[in-house]
Parts: sequence; structure tokens; C-alpha cells
Amino acid sequence: MTSRTPKSYPRLVLPETGGGWWCSLDDRRQDAGAPEREDEFPQWSRQGVPLHRRDFMKLLGASMALAGVGGCSKPADEHIVPYVHPPEAGTQDEARHYATAVSLNGYGLGVIGSNYSGRPVKLEGNPDHPASHGRTDTFTQAEILQLWDPERSKLVSRQGVGASWDDLLGEASGRLQALKARGGAGVRVLTGNITSPSLSAQLQTLQKRFPQAQVHHYEPVCDDHAVQGAELAFGRPLQTHFQIEKASRILSLEADFLDPGPDQVRYAKQFAKARKRGEQGRHDMVRLYALEACPTLTGAAADHRKSLRAAEIETVARHIAQRLGGSVEAPEKLPVSARWLDAAVEDLRQAGSTALVATGRRQPPAVHALVHWINDRLGAAGHTVTYREPVAAAARHMESLRELARDMQAGQVDTLFILDSNPVYSAPADIDFAHALAQVPLTIHLGLYADETARWCRWHVPMAQVLESWGDVRASDGTVTIQQPLVAPLYSGRTAQQLIAVANGNVTDSARELVRSHWQRQWGEEFEQRWRRALRTGLVEDTAAPTVAATVSPDLLQRLPSPTLAPRGLEIGFIPDGSIWDGRYANNGWLQELPKPMSQLTWDNAALISPITAEQLGIENEQLLELRYHGRTLRAPAWLTPGHSEGAVTLSLGYGREAGAPLASGKGFNANRLRGSEAPWFDHGLEVQRLDETYPLATTQAHHRLHDRHMIKETTLEHFLRNPLFAQHGPPGPPPTLYPGYAYEGHAWGMVVNLNTCIGCNACTIACQAENNIPVVGKEQVRLSREMHWIRVDRYYKGPIDEPETYFQPVPCMHCEHAPCEVVCPVGATLHDSEGLNVQVYNRCIGTRFCSNNCPYKVRRFNFLQYADRQSPSLKAQRNPEVTVRMRGVMEKCTYCVQRIEHARIGARREQRSLQEQDLQTACQQVCPADAIVFGDTNNPASQVSKEKAAPLDYVMLEELNTRPRTSYTAKLRNPNAALKERG
Amino acid sequence: MSDTAKRAGTAKEFPVTHGALTYAGVTDQVCGVFQDRPASRGWMWGVVLSLLLVALFLVSIGYLVVTGVGIWGINVPVAWGFAITNYVWWIGIGMAGTFISAALLLLRQQWRTAINRAAETMTVFAVAIAGLFPVFHLGRFWFAYWVAAYPDTMNVWPNWRSSLTWDFTAISVYLIVSLMFWYFGLLPDLASVRDRAVGRFRQRFYGLLALGWRGDALHWHRHELFLKLLAGLAVPLVFSVHSMVALDFSIGDTPGWHSTIFPPFFVAGALYSGFALVLVISIPLRAGYRLHDLITHRHLESMAKAMLACGLIIAYSYLVETFIAWYSGNKYETYLVINRTTGPYAPVYWTTIACNVLVPQLLWFRRIRLNLKALFGISLVVLVGMWLERFVITIISLHREYVPSQWHMFYPSVWDWTTLFGSLGVFAFLFLVYLRLMPVVSMHEVRKLIMPKRAES
Repeated sequence: MTSRTPKSYPRLVLPETGGGWWCSLDDRRQDAGAPEREDEFPQWSRQGVPLHRRDFMKLLGASMALAGVGGCSKPADEHIVPYVHPPEAGTQDEARHYATAVSLNGYGLGVIGSNYSGRPVKLEGNPDHPASHGRTDTFTQAEILQLWDPERSKLVSRQGVGASWDDLLGEASGRLQALKARGGAGVRVLTGNITSPSLSAQLQTLQKRFPQAQVHHYEPVCDDHAVQGAELAFGRPLQTHFQIEKASRILSLEADFLDPGPDQVRYAKQFAKARKRGEQGRHDMVRLYALEACPTLTGAAADHRKSLRAAEIETVARHIAQRLGGSVEAPEKLPVSARWLDAAVEDLRQAGSTALVATGRRQPPAVHALVHWINDRLGAAGHTVTYREPVAAAARHMESLRELARDMQAGQVDTLFILDSNPVYSAPADIDFAHALAQVPLTIHLGLYADETARWCRWHVPMAQVLESWGDVRASDGTVTIQQPLVAPLYSGRTAQQLIAVANGNVTDSARELVRSHWQRQWGEEFEQRWRRALRTGLVEDTAAPTVAATVSPDLLQRLPSPTLAPRGLEIGFIPDGSIWDGRYANNGWLQELPKPMSQLTWDNAALISPITAEQLGIENEQLLELRYHGRTLRAPAWLTPGHSEGAVTLSLGYGREAGAPLASGKGFNANRLRGSEAPWFDHGLEVQRLDETYPLATTQAHHRLHDRHMIKETTLEHFLRNPLFAQHGPPGPPPTLYPGYAYEGHAWGMVVNLNTCIGCNACTIACQAENNIPVVGKEQVRLSREMHWIRVDRYYKGPIDEPETYFQPVPCMHCEHAPCEVVCPVGATLHDSEGLNVQVYNRCIGTRFCSNNCPYKVRRFNFLQYADRQSPSLKAQRNPEVTVRMRGVMEKCTYCVQRIEHARIGARREQRSLQEQDLQTACQQVCPADAIVFGDTNNPASQVSKEKAAPLDYVMLEELNTRPRTSYTAKLRNPNAALKERG
Repeated sequence: MSDTAKRAGTAKEFPVTHGALTYAGVTDQVCGVFQDRPASRGWMWGVVLSLLLVALFLVSIGYLVVTGVGIWGINVPVAWGFAITNYVWWIGIGMAGTFISAALLLLRQQWRTAINRAAETMTVFAVAIAGLFPVFHLGRFWFAYWVAAYPDTMNVWPNWRSSLTWDFTAISVYLIVSLMFWYFGLLPDLASVRDRAVGRFRQRFYGLLALGWRGDALHWHRHELFLKLLAGLAVPLVFSVHSMVALDFSIGDTPGWHSTIFPPFFVAGALYSGFALVLVISIPLRAGYRLHDLITHRHLESMAKAMLACGLIIAYSYLVETFIAWYSGNKYETYLVINRTTGPYAPVYWTTIACNVLVPQLLWFRRIRLNLKALFGISLVVLVGMWLERFVITIISLHREYVPSQWHMFYPSVWDWTTLFGSLGVFAFLFLVYLRLMPVVSMHEVRKLIMPKRAES
């Protein structure tokens, strides 16, 4: 590796030596022009390590170079196998595609990553993977930024001081050797939910080696209740799977199948199919009833939604069981009107096997058990609901963590491995994990960030991010994906397998070898062939857990615990955060700035409260509250949330971070400080005190009413069947104009956004951000309404404030045929191209912003300041090389992913054929789990986009302005129960 | 009542000049302001104060240059904020100067002579300051010249459909013409100053500026002709420039902008604020430099009347705008009116109405027109009102447009305010410096007024 002066390569991509963007940490720092700060590695300066920092950096760089990973720009190593159907024949300067999987809560989602010159820049869903079907969610899109996050932990450290991996090996093996004599008593491993076959096998080996060793699992967003409910109903912890596309009537008892989570993508796609039946004029369009405490995307998609306190839902479940002939105790008082429930139950009963009752992880085991009974009684079990043997390692997470903490306090734990988990932050308030850690002599934390837990552990080891890792993971249906790295670990991170291998006495095998050897044992002779196929296709065939026939135990209703008493006082509720989940994505700017699906808040969580309750308690929006519950207190600002249940406050997890997430520091409020492991999701007994302070929150949308403007057209299925042209006002076709139209001879691009299937998940927003190098602006700029998202999801409410109907509307650039922006630009920086795109010429733009003023849809975004980070080298490497990085003072907006169009055109030309519709998808279209975005050539009458535009539900926004948008919308259909015409 | 007064208008009016003015007397009075008397204490304080504001302005612009327009409160949807408000306000103020000099020259309104120089100077400075705003409000101001049609090697032309391109042209032309009008009007006076100047440096300085004016009959002939020609050019420009500024808005589809009434409405508003500023300048000037003989009640009252007339046109425009919003049945226009009058910026709107419509009605009363303190106060109120009106048009219209999800507030930042007040300081500083350098009253034109008087005696 040659040494370079920083000035010798001002540009990002280097020509030779593997086309790297930086070759060693030293180069990288020089390239960054980073100021020499003493506090960069405080552990070194504090401890007086004999090496000078710069010398250390040089050594580190040299050792990396010698170790052969200096050229980390190369695809990780030669052993990874490109995806089987790369869209383009790969050359060096073109993207290469690799199949792997990301995971959330341990469940895998198959993805295909694009690599440019060895840099992973974008993830798309793997069409063959059962959890993805080619689609992804917000978290998956953000994994790219997670990989390149400059604030990830980079060094192995002992007590906060840089140390080497060999030091760790020395200390750990000595200690473990000693413990071996005692049968390994005191060896503990703490992981999240794991489905990895190789890691599970390793943990079994560990338990063979150390018979007294124990493995604990803790996931703050755990499914304990579902497991317990299944055990109650079936006698074993079966996993429930919905077949939503088969359902015609769904009742959700706080189910969250459309909300962020491991199954969102799969269920959103199924739900969209079931919803689309209405557009085709079919009566069996799915009807969704939802009961929930805090507004969710599932509730927003419902035709009938009622907000109840979470504790009241069990009562409803019991009443439903009663109405279906079950003899079960139920409190007299029904929290919803009897008429409502009767109508819903009757509807479900008539639907029979196409009915589906679902519940979610927040509801207690009894509700899960009751739901199993109800589905069984309706005939839904085996049809719209199926059961499988669990894929994840069996555990009750809250209990598991409590046990571990207890043993630690009691001094029974000697060596603790914490794998990718942050219990010091995320443990419920009644478990003092931090101080328990202090009782353990050897604690080793493996994590992406030097977080709260890393601070309290003796050792911290940087973890290899999922896109740098060899591994394996199972989807929630059990399908295995072998994870292959898209890039060698940037900061010599280790995988969980590597750390457990240390415990197992294997210090030599590479991360790849550890996974390979597991599958070698499984596959024997066929191994090489199957291994290559698995890597190419991104999954291992026939590994889905089989569906099992489950019978609800006949005496279930008798065995159910007695109904809980009616809740008193205010209810406190907890939910996983819509954008940062349990806090693991707290340092991810894309996710932090992504408006949370229902509250449209960014950068913070807040105490969500119903406007009616807020009024009763005299609480203003953004007013700081002191929440008291079980002797614990937390300050958090109120956020008035229409549709939230009265008498309840909901907090999302993941905020109030203290270490390891500099982006999130000082933002949000740690709900774990209130949360108890006994009632992890909701409980009564909350007291609220108003404080005379306000806390500014940043939301992207301040107005929620449509003000009688027809941005969103919607009607009921019934009305649509009678009047299919309801969305068409006035004579067909656009309003008249004096000017002759432009004749598009080749392609004429257009887009249709389906409001009927859109669930408002925001995946399009973040996919666009990843694809188009859209900068993150920060909380203060969001408060000034300067967020940069090219496609936003507007959310409107209709109806009363306590039970509003919710509408989502993704809004990209309309690419108007008569674009108002084009007329007013004095320098012609925005104009029409020959295929109908309204293009923005960044290097011609002088920033008058008149185009933004003149855009009725307000889709243009302006770089008021230098938003794009042009300093951090790793962020430079993250960017899509096909898209310009914009400078300050320049207007930007949705381009219909013009780079993808051109890319596809070049590909088609190379093959000497014309550009076909299937050659390209826009980023928002490709991510959308609900298939709500269709893009294509409107000149081709056979294209899907032409068909959608010809459909009777198609309309354009603000048609009366005669801007003639190329982006149109499919009107929304609701499918209310005729028996419930008046709200009641 | 003197002949002058009779010639100037009806008997009831005040005379255009007072006292027994002689040619030399005029020169002494006017040049005495800066040639004979040392700088007064008040002037010194004024310069110090305005210099502080100039520094503030320079710091604001410097920070803007380094950081970007994000230092202001603008956002999406309110992508235009104080910069455009200030620009329209300043350019409007500039209008009155040219109008007084050029239009009234052509109309032979002799009362203009004592104040036209001050008004023209005001115009030049106001237009110069106004021109800074659209440049520095650009995201990439260093490319501002791209709006000009210059022979680009890549054959890229500005977009002629954009009103901003026309606006750039209109303002450049206007600035050049008003500068010429001002400077060539100054020539004979600069020669007078040169002739009285003491000291080699001053003589040279004014000598150079006077371009060798000798008072030759041919000089006078050409001067007169040239100024008349320029006046003929300038008058349409007064209307075209501000109509153009109005079209910057009305070409947009934004409710509250997209209106055919804008050009006359803007021109009236411009004259309104321009007359107000001329009054705000000339009343203290008259008192401070004892120019009572030159700037008489006649001038002040005439301008008060002109202001009242403009105010009535403005009031009418407000009324028509509101009526059309209702009459058109356009729900976006209707909502705009509702939002203006009852929305979050309603106090601004009602203050505008109070300043521009209600308070100036006092000018119907002659007593108030002649009460200089009241007149000064009303003029200040009108200036504030007209600034607020630009705010109402720019910001209230933008902050709630078509799509309710994109309704957001605009809150000015500290830098918005410093730039506004800084620009006032720059104006004050330039004007104060001008007072000590050049004659503030057009001497040769006043002399022309008193010429017949001398012939009679």
C-alpha cells in the first residue's frame, strides 16, 4: 500500500489498488482533514498509553494493510457469491449485487445489496425471500447508513481503554479455563432474540463444554405474551402466522401486523392484495375492525376503529368469546357499544373461515389464548391463521433478564458475554442491570456502538455490522438465509459467532469459517454446491418451519385467569418506536429524521395523549409532564394525538440515550425508566403532573385537516360499486389550454400512487433518501420546516378528534406537464425533458426558490445551508455514485429516479433492445411493501401504469390548476359495515 | 400673495419659496449646509449611529455569504421572507424620487424644485440598497449574473418566461437611468460648489465631478434638453419597474399573488411609501438646516395630499382583493382572505390596515397636514405600514397555500432583523454623507423660480 498525501486524491474514488476510497485509518483521517483533537480517543489520552496517538493510528493502519484488509473497498473477499440474477452484467464500475439478509428482533429479511466499487450503497428486497417478496421496510433501508455510520465503535477496549483482541483472548481463555473445572458455573451469555442456526449450535456446544453455563435472551420488544398465550391455548409455544390475503373480515385487538416490525413487509403486501379486491369491484374486499389504545398503522388502515384503553381490550375479547358461544367470565361493562360489537362479531361469524382475529405483543397472554380460541371457533384456524413451531430460541425475555440480573447481584456470574444487546439502557426500571454488571468479574460486550452497556462492561468489542458479517438468520417462517458480507469489516468488527467461538476455545476460525463449518456438518457431501446456491439465491430452500395443525385445548376457557379488574386512573403504555425501534437505530440520522408514522414527530419521542384527556388535565401540546408510576418518575413532553384512547399516555421506547448514540443525545425520553418487567407494555396507576415548561418537538406536518380540499378522494366500497366514476369530476381529460401539447415520441414516464393500499409506513421516504443521497438536516432544521425528503407521506384526519379516520398520501414530485416551477426559473434550471420528466439542473440552479413558491404541491426541497456532509469520509463512501451530492443554495426534488431510467436505458441499448417496463423501478416503488407505487411508460398502453391511469379510481391532485401532473392517485376505498352506518 | 404663488397654483396655497431670495442667497443657503458650516453635533451622532448599523449590515451579509440563506427564517413553503419584503419596500421607496423629479418636471409642477434633489438622492440610494436583496437572497448569489442575457460561451440564455429575468433587466435599467438623472441634474450645482470650494483638493474633487461645467448657454441648452429626455424615459420606468416587481408575484400561482390588480396596486403603494420617506427626510432637514425659505409648507402639504391620494388607491385595492376573493368563488382565494384576517398573522394584517388605511385619513384635515410633527408621524406610520404590507403579501400568502400538510409558519430569525435594520442604517449613512458632500436642494432650479421675481423688482 503506497502512502498518499491527502491532497493527492481530492476525489473519493481511487483508480488503482482495488478502487478504494481510503486505504488505512491514517489516510482516512488525513483525507477527512480531521482536526487533531485530544478527545477523539479519550481513553488513550487519559490512561497515558505509551504510544502516541498518531503513531498508534499509523500502526493500526499498517497492521490493517498487512493483514490484507486494507483494501477494504474490495468486496469482502473472494468467497462471497453474487446474486444469481444481477440486473446488469457487472463490470468494475457498475453495481454488483449480493444476496444476504438483515434482521430485526432476530428475524431475517432477505435483501440484495448493490455494491459500487466495493461499497454497499443500497439494499433492495430479495424477491424469493418469504419475508420480503422483493420489498423492504424503513429499518432495512437504514442499515446502509448504519454500516457507514462514522460514530460506530471502532476499537476493542478494556475498561474504556483501547486494547487488543489478543489481550481479550488471553484474559478470557485464562478465565474460562479456570471455570471449566467448575463445570462452567458462572458462564453466561446474553443475546437478543436469535434464530441463527450456527449461533444456536455454537451455544449448544458451549453448554456441552460448560454444562453449568446459561444462555439468556432479552429483547426489549419481546413476544413473551404471544408465547405464553400459545402455551396456554395449545400447550406449546406455537408461532402464529396470518394469511391476510385469504381474509375478508379482520378484527384486530391491538394487532400490529401493518406496523414496523419483522413481519410488516410480508403482511403489508398481503393486506394490499386483500384491499385491492375492492378496486376490481369485488365485494370480498377485506374489512378491518381495529381496537387499540395508541393509534397505529394497522388502526389507520381500519374501516372501523375504536380507541380503548389497552386493559379494556381483554374485556372485549371475552365478550366476543361469549358471543361465539364460549363460556368465559367477562366483566359486565363493555367498553365498546354492544351494537358495535354485535355487528362486528356477526360479520366475522358470517365470514367463517375467511374471518381473522388478530392480536399483538402488547396484549396479555389471556387475550392471545382467547384469540386462538376465537379463530378456532370461527373456522379461521388453519385457513387465515396458521401455526408453526417457533423459529427463535425459546425464552421468556423479561424473566430471563430478571434471572440473569438476580444471579449477577448474587455473585453467581463470573463471565458474561453480551451479544449485540444493550440491557443497561433497555432493561426495565425494576432491573438494575448496570449495578448488577459491576458484580461480574469479566464482562464482554459485543456491539456496534460503545453504548451504555459497553461503558459498564470490562471489555467492549466492536461488532461487525450485518453487511460486514458472515452469518445465518431465519425469517419468521423459518426460511434460512446465509448472510454474506458486502464489504470487509470497516473497523475490524467481530461477529457474535466469533465471540462465542472464543468461549468455545476456538480462536482461529474466521467468521466465514464458523458459519461454513456449521453448514458443512448439516449438508455433508452436498455442501459446496448447496452453499454456493444458498449464497447466490439468498436463501436455503425448504427450511421454512412446517405448518402444524394446532388444537386449542378444550378446557382453555375454564383455565383462563379471571378477568382483571377495571383499570383505575391513567394508563401508561409502551410501544416500540416507529423509527428507531428499541433504540438500536438511535444513531441513524435517516431514521431519526423519518417522521414517525402516526405522530409525524422526528428526533424525539413524546408522551402521546388524547386531545380530550389533555384538555381535561389542562395539558398543552409540547408541555413538559412529570409522569409518575410505581414510584418511578420521568419527564416527557405531551404530544396531542388524535385517536389516542382517553385516560392513557403512551411512550415509545428507544430514546433518552446516554452513550453510544451522539446523534440522539439530549433527545427524547427514556421510557425504560418507567417500564416494569412485570407489566412491560401497559399498566394503570400513572400520575401526571404538569410542569411550567415546554419542550420543543419537531414535526413535519402541523395541519391535519383537509379544509374541504380534494387532495384525497375516498369513498366506500358500496358507493364505488354503485358509482364507479365518483373520483372523476367534470368532463374526462384535463381542462382546456391555449397551448398545443408536446408530442412524446419515445417514452413518457408517469406514476400512480395507490391510496387504497398505502399503509403510510414511510418506507418510500427513506428508500428515496438512500437512493438519492438526500441529506439529514437535524431537529432544529426540521422545526424550521426544512426537511429534505423528496417523497413525503402526508397524513390527514377526518371526523371527530377522538375517533378520526386517517388518510395517508405519499407525495413525490408530480412532474406536471404544465409545470408551474419551470416558468418562473430565471435561469432555466428546471425544465421538461423529452420524456416528460421535470428535471432539475443542479449546476444551473442559483437558488431563487421561486420554483418552490410556485409549486402548488410543495414538493421542492431547498439546501438552505450546506446540508450534505462533505467531510465524513465514511459518509462519502455511503453515497450513491449515480446521484449528484447537492451543495448549499440549490433546489432539489424528486427526479423519478432519473439515474435508474438512464441506467436501464443503457442496459437495454447494450442488449440492442428497447427499454421495457420491467427494466426499471423507482426507489420508492421498489421498496413499497404494499405495491402502492407504480411507475412506467404512459406511452405504452400495455404498461401497468397506463392501465392504472385508465382505471376509474385514478385522479390527480389539484386538477383545477391544470398543471396536468404525471403522478396520479388511485382513490381510497373504505369498506364499512352497513350495519354500523352511524358511528356507534 | 406673490406672483410666484399665483403662477404656482391657486391663491390659497402657500408660496413655493419664501422671503427675498437672490441667486447668491440660494447658493449660500444651500451650499452653506456643507461648505461653510462645520458638521453639526446632530449630524455626527447620526453618522455614528448609522455607521453602527452599517457594521451590523456588513456582519449580517458576511455571515450570510459564509453560511447560506438558512440563517434566515425562510423555509418551505415560505421560501421568500424578509429579503423579498425588504426588496419590494426599498424599491417602492425609490419610485417616489423619480416620480417627483421626472413626472412633475414634465407636468411643470414647480413646487417640486426644492425637494426633487433630496428625492432623487433617496431614489438612488434606495434602489441601490433594494438591488442588494435579490442578489443576496439567492442560494448561490455568486451566480447572480446568470439572470443577465450575456453572450455565454455555452449558449445558455436566461429563461425569458420568468418574471425574475425581466425584473433583473427592469431594475438594472431603472438604476442606471435614475443615477444619470440624478447626476446630470447635479452638474450645474456641482459647478457652483466647485466655484465656492476652498482648498485644492476640494476644488479638484468638485471640478472633476462638474465635468467642466462653465454655465455656457450651450451647456444650459443641452442640459435642459437632456434632462427632459431622461425625464421622458424615467416616467414610464417608474411605472414599468414597479409593475414588474408586482408581476414577480402575480405571475405565480400562489393565492394572494395571482392577481391582475397587482401592477397598479404596487405602483400606488410604491409612491405611497416614497412620498412618506421624502417627508420623513425633508421635515427634519428643513428644521435642521433652516431651509424654511426653500422647503415651504407648500411642498409638505402637496406631498401630504399626494400621499393621501395613494393611500386611497391602496385602500381601494385591499377592498377589491377581498371582494374578488369572495366573488370568484375560488376556495383557495377565499381561504387566503380568511387566513389573512383571522389566521396566525392576523395582527400583522390589521396593523397594516391601520397604518395604511386608517391613520392616513387624518390627512384630510388641513390642520394636520400643516402640523409638521403629525405629518412626520403619519409618514413614519405609512412607511411601517407599507413594509408590513409587503410582509403580508409575501409571507401570509405563502405560508398556507394549496396543500394543508405543507402549511408552516415563518418566524424571522435574528439575522432577518439585523439585515433589515442594517439596510436602514446603510441608507441613513449614505444620505448623511451626501448631505456633507453635495447640495441637497437643486440650486439652479430654485434660481429659475426666482428669476422673474428679480426682473420685476
